[in-house]
Amino acid sequence: MTLPDELRNEEPSKLSVQGVSKRFRSRGHLVQALDNVSLEVGEGEFVCLVGPSGCGKTTLLNIIGGLEHADSGQVLADGQPITSPGRDRMMMFQESALFPWLDVRGNLLFGLKLKPGLRRKERLEIADFYLRLVGLERFRKAHVHELSGGMKQRVALARCLAPNPRVLLMDEPFAALDALTREQLYGDLQHIWQERKKTIIFVTHNVREAACLGDRVILFSPNPGRIREEFKVGLPRPRDINTVELARYSTSITAALKGHAVGEPREVAE
Amino acid sequence: MPAAVASPLTTAGSRNPLPRASRDAAWVRWTLTAVALVFLAFFLALPLAAVFAEGLRRGVAAYFASFRDTDALAAIRLTLLTAAIAVPANAVFGVAAAWAIAKFPFRGKSLLITLIDLPFAVSPVIAGLVYVLIFGANGWFGSWLIDHDVRIIFAVPGIIIATTFVTFPFVARELIPLMQAQGNDEEYAAATLGASGWQTFWRVTLPNIKWGLLYGIILCNARAMGEFGAVSVVSGHIRGETDTLPLHVEILYNEYNFVGSFAVASLLTLLALVTLVLKTIVEWRHAASRSAST
Ligand SMILES: Nc1ncnc2c1ncn2[C@@H]1O[C@H](COP(=O)(O)OP(=O)(O)OP(=O)(O)O)[C@@H](O)[C@H]1O
Ligand SMILES: [Mg+2]
Repeated sequence: MTLPDELRNEEPSKLSVQGVSKRFRSRGHLVQALDNVSLEVGEGEFVCLVGPSGCGKTTLLNIIGGLEHADSGQVLADGQPITSPGRDRMMMFQESALFPWLDVRGNLLFGLKLKPGLRRKERLEIADFYLRLVGLERFRKAHVHELSGGMKQRVALARCLAPNPRVLLMDEPFAALDALTREQLYGDLQHIWQERKKTIIFVTHNVREAACLGDRVILFSPNPGRIREEFKVGLPRPRDINTVELARYSTSITAALKGHAVGEPREVAE
Repeated sequence: MPAAVASPLTTAGSRNPLPRASRDAAWVRWTLTAVALVFLAFFLALPLAAVFAEGLRRGVAAYFASFRDTDALAAIRLTLLTAAIAVPANAVFGVAAAWAIAKFPFRGKSLLITLIDLPFAVSPVIAGLVYVLIFGANGWFGSWLIDHDVRIIFAVPGIIIATTFVTFPFVARELIPLMQAQGNDEEYAAATLGASGWQTFWRVTLPNIKWGLLYGIILCNARAMGEFGAVSVVSGHIRGETDTLPLHVEILYNEYNFVGSFAVASLLTLLALVTLVLKTIVEWRHAASRSAST
């Protein structure tokens, strides 16, 4: 595979979550983390998952990522059932999960070295390409601990993009950042998503963030974890989080969220 | 470097001005410091100096002659052999146990954690006696072992087994809290990036714990080379065969060979000093890498 081929963006995947259920046993009792959850995500769609703590958002992401198995139901990526992690689906976490013993470019090269068919020179060029995309090409030799929180998440994003996946799974990636940095990253992420179209599932607690980023916002409720409602956000892009239209969307989503979040944790019988 | 940043408020004469109350109580500080120093001198520096002074009492030649003795050489060899087997074994065991405990849920986890601490809780002499009970001539497997001509107690295998038992918590204890604090995100990231289970272990888990692991290994090694109680019970004190360095020190001392005894003891003392230096270096790197990753 030549370098231009490698850098050509892979077509984004269509994801189909079909009746996925998952329980956990914790301290003797069972928790129904996901209960018969179904969700269709189109090619190149940006979907945000919102819901109170413990409603199974991370669990769903892990199942789509292939890191966990559903008890029942299945997830299809372009029609193929997902059974294990794959280079076509990259995951980003709240903590950057960068490898601190490698420098910035080393973190990008980690995944590229595991991708067959690339020569050393190509890997370096690919890494530089994505560092440029996230605006950190000057920091390629920097150590992880020299970066700010926002820069770390940019590197993590570049590391996810470098193997050229079809899907990005993002679990509260901006939750640990300050408001200003976060706002800047909203802009950057939308811009990068225009350049490198991926199917994105983005988990957040921040309703406004969800309305700002998502084509659709999916509302979850806990105990058992289910999809409650979904909202289409029809605003033009790139969106600014500080607009009145966006505030209107987020107000109605918040209202719906409050309506569903009540209720004591329920255990399920075995 | 925060230390290099001088506050604009400090003047030349009074860097780091303390609150008034603690300035008034300066004599308290001096007294406490003096007490600590006297204590250190009496319990640490003095014995250390005494070991070398006694060893060198008949001169440098006699000191070095002590190490040319065949029994002393045999003790050095056995001690090195024991550590060379016990330390890697415990490093592998410690990594495996800590990995299982920190990363996977399973039944009996708290029991395993408690068992790992057992060698710290039980007296080494008892540990030695347990192995005599199991493998000794009158022990559970004693007659089977004699029939098959296998010697464990009063032989090298017993010494290695007892040492391994006594030292096995060091690496695991060091790694369990470290790996628990690290969580799974980095392993998950590696998995989605295409790493197999083994690749994740070698390229992510191990680099992530290397300083903690090294620290545990250094402590484990120090104890393995210095262990007396458990080894003394299973050794049988056969000169040139089942004597480790600490046992050899005792034998020479009981024979009134003070120069030899203290010369050999000084080797163990040097080992302790080297251990302390290494430990400090590793601690320092460990702290640096930990603050780097947050
Ligand atoms: N490995 C596990 N073992 C036991 N229980 C688990 C495990 N993972 C998740 N759970 C439980 O499953 C439920 C859903 O967890 P999950 O992490 O998916 O929620 P979440 O929506 O991501 O929450 P948050 O918003 O706090 O991140 C929770 O009740 C959690 O305690
Ligand atoms: Mg979560």
